[in-house]
Amino acid sequence: MNKDRKTNLISFLIILFGFILTTGLVAFRVIDEYTAQILTIGGINVIIALGLNLISGFTGQLALGHAGFMAVGAYTTAALIMKLNVPIFPAILAGGLVSAVFGLLIGLPALRLHGDYLAIVTLGFGEIIRVIMVNLSDITGGPAGLKGIPPFTTNFFWRPVLSFALVYIFLVLVIIILNNLINSSPGRAIISIREDEIAANAMGINVFYFKIFAFTLSAFIAGLGGGIYAPFFGYLNPNMFNFQKSVEFLIIVVLGGMGNITGTVLAGFGLTYLQEILRFLKDYRLVIYPLILVLMMLFQPAGLMGFFGNKGFSLTRFVREFNPKKIFRMKNPGKAGEK
Amino acid sequence: MLKVKNLNVYYGNIHALHNISFEVNEGEIVTLIGANGAGKTTTLHSISRLIPIESGEVEFLGHTLQTLWPHNIVELGLIQVPEGRRIFSNLTVKENLEMGAFIRKDREQIKKDYEMIFTRFPRLKERLRQMAGTLSGGEQQMLAIARALMSKPKLLLLDEPSMGLAPLLVKEIFSIIQEINKAGTTVLLVEQNAHLALSVADRAYVLETGRIVTQGSAKALASSEDVRKAYLGG
Ligand SMILES: Nc1ncnc2c1ncn2[C@@H]1O[C@H](COP(=O)(O)OP(=O)(O)OP(=O)(O)O)[C@@H](O)[C@H]1O
Ligand SMILES: [Mg+2]
Repeated sequence: MNKDRKTNLISFLIILFGFILTTGLVAFRVIDEYTAQILTIGGINVIIALGLNLISGFTGQLALGHAGFMAVGAYTTAALIMKLNVPIFPAILAGGLVSAVFGLLIGLPALRLHGDYLAIVTLGFGEIIRVIMVNLSDITGGPAGLKGIPPFTTNFFWRPVLSFALVYIFLVLVIIILNNLINSSPGRAIISIREDEIAANAMGINVFYFKIFAFTLSAFIAGLGGGIYAPFFGYLNPNMFNFQKSVEFLIIVVLGGMGNITGTVLAGFGLTYLQEILRFLKDYRLVIYPLILVLMMLFQPAGLMGFFGNKGFSLTRFVREFNPKKIFRMKNPGKAGEK
Repeated sequence: MLKVKNLNVYYGNIHALHNISFEVNEGEIVTLIGANGAGKTTTLHSISRLIPIESGEVEFLGHTLQTLWPHNIVELGLIQVPEGRRIFSNLTVKENLEMGAFIRKDREQIKKDYEMIFTRFPRLKERLRQMAGTLSGGEQQMLAIARALMSKPKLLLLDEPSMGLAPLLVKEIFSIIQEINKAGTTVLLVEQNAHLALSVADRAYVLETGRIVTQGSAKALASSEDVRKAYLGG
């Protein structure tokens, strides 16, 4: 068996085991409903943050409106389920697709220009979407919000299990897609744009095309996250998707390490949990994110997962390169050092 | 091979290139020399279409370049080693070389070209898995050149390869440039170090505040009174 296939098989088994274990724990209420809910929200946050990481961490283009893409996905999915009786799965996918179309439409003009135009345009987009959602009250329920989005199941026992399982599956899919992309030739092109745009251009990489591609996929993933959020939470309100929310996603990405998938996953779950246990602080907990950011810049500027770039800690690489023999050889530091 | 005709480039209101015309023939090393801010980088960037041009024509192997995208130009066989090397610091040496071959599909030939690169730059071979950003300045310049060679160029544009390097390394880089040229790649070399550039080039153009003021064979220019005064220190 060659190394890649072995890595894939081991990864698959780990994922499957994790799935059975965690959903099992939720089903038997070893993980109580409240914790399961936090995990589910955490998973959704991670999905959207991974989307953001693709464009900001891997491609190096700052985007400040991912709450807007989340909103597009959430409202699209909700409207499809409620008005057209579309089943949940295709409705969530449609949420992602509509969000991707928005991403494409914004990206085409914004990414043609160099510099931080994308940050400014996405910032504007996030706010505009919010205003549109407030005024499009026929579909969105206006400022009062949209109530009564049907959940994944009405069965009280299965609801947390199903929500959690669904998020788990989507999260794994997003991670697999990103991981494969990053290690492919288009992925390299994307990273080289972040590294040096002029050089990437000079090497014959179609910089504009790859930026558009990364941004559209990024919007798609964020839309998926929003699409899952709608039936899970059952209620949408335009103010859930404000600038603050976009910044939260960015903080997850920065904290985990720009361009590091494992880091985003850990930071996403960690911050979501932290926000929950700090609920008693009321609005003061909003200070926590900036505070964490400041502390990180002081002590670990490249994020949780070591240094900037795709060479930080990675779970797949850990699995691939994990070798029990190496641990024994470590006894002789002289030899372990050389390759 | 490359024909530049009446090229005009502006940065906003600044007229950076005034009616520049020059050409590079197949097999030559042509150098473009001039002081800081003369417009050398601007010339190379407008050939590679990294910046827009106001008027004029750039023709390469019969293709008009103004209508093409930068990646089309690389596909035609014209590649640039940009000023300041601009290697991908957070990628390994190997990955940098792979990016150079990004536009190519001929895997077998790419493999052979790695070997060619390794014989020419043995130091890179030893450092394949090292992060490019941790290479020394000279090694980075070699990597930048090697990366460009991986695209299998017919015409190589070099923007100040001697920048910031110790004299001994500069000599090494320049002899590599000569070898590359002998192996069949045409070279357009931009340099501030006129002395060195003239010593390896066949022909030369002197650029002064966006205008070509002198041109001729490298030998003739090296011994010309004006050029010596202005660029060779008397
Ligand atoms: N992006 C820019 N915006 C405005 N002006 C620019 C820009 N880039 C270059 N210039 C101006 O154009 C002129 C030519 O610059 P260029 O970089 O081509 O010079 P150069 O000959 O390559 O100089 P050097 O030897 O220092 O690299 C300079 O006066 C410079 O200030
Ligand atoms: Mg220059």
